[in-house]
Amino acid sequence: MRWAPAHRWLQAALLGGLWLLPGVAPAEYGDVVLNHRSDAAGVRPVVFPHWFHRIRFRCKVCHTELGFEMRAGSNQVLMTDILDGRFCGMCHNGQIAWGPDRCDLCHSGLKGTPPGIVGGPQTSGPGRW
Amino acid sequence: MPRPARPLRGHTTALLLVLLVAGWLLVVGAALWPLVAAGQGVARPTWRPLARDGVHDPKGPAIGQLQEPAEALAALPPDGAGNSVHWIRAIDSGAIAPRSQILPGTVVRTLDQDIIVAKFGSMPAVKFPHRQHTLWLDCSNCHEKLFRSKAGANTFSMAAILNGEQCGLCHGAVAFPLTECNRCHSVPNASLQRRRTP
Repeated sequence: MRWAPAHRWLQAALLGGLWLLPGVAPAEYGDVVLNHRSDAAGVRPVVFPHWFHRIRFRCKVCHTELGFEMRAGSNQVLMTDILDGRFCGMCHNGQIAWGPDRCDLCHSGLKGTPPGIVGGPQTSGPGRW
Repeated sequence: MPRPARPLRGHTTALLLVLLVAGWLLVVGAALWPLVAAGQGVARPTWRPLARDGVHDPKGPAIGQLQEPAEALAALPPDGAGNSVHWIRAIDSGAIAPRSQILPGTVVRTLDQDIIVAKFGSMPAVKFPHRQHTLWLDCSNCHEKLFRSKAGANTFSMAAILNGEQCGLCHGAVAFPLTECNRCHSVPNASLQRRRTP
């Protein structure tokens, strides 16, 4: 049995320790929470998992063909856009992926979760690198 | 007026501390066990179930219907950071075959060209491989907004990158994080020749 190198242990210990901090969402790396309107509209915020989508589509599909800018929060996506086949609606139309009638599958977040992407320049580490 | 003695206070604090440390050890132990068990030398922490990831509503109807990260990611080539998946190897090995387009008219562009950015400072020079980036991205995702398409025409700054600009727009958000210094700073300065004028 081989042991992980020391810096990996340290990294894992730091990440493990983070779980004890209140307010640190340990969501999967790259998850985007969309909650500019959801809370106010009385629905759960949307959680967009990058990991799930990139298994099936390359970045260029959504960030070129679908028109999503490269920064979380740059696109203000409305349900009317999706119903009209724009943004998420280019695939989430019941053809490529589930349609917009399956509200709860996308609107699956915890109420009150602030919008943004998990990760960020500090990479969830202890302070700024 | 003197406060009444509270002889148990010290013991209670000590007990709480012991419990806290024990809890912490339990959590770290649980996070570390898979790496020890896998024995690959690559740290691969377990993926948190959606119901306990802090952003999903554990009582929502999506839990149980949405795919769990562990189910999808455990089969992919391992990595020690980010999603614990080496996403380039995932494509190169054929483990995944993500679509490059959904519109029939889209031109899929790739480029196999390395750019070396050398400042001859305390860190090794940066090698930017276009191949790995264009496997995932289109030219227009970076050019001309983020970077000009001319070697030497761009000014890079680690401060900006750490603030989520330039490379940091993706690295630290969806691509491998900025803790992996040597993956970009990978070319020894000694192997490069200084040019008088850049």
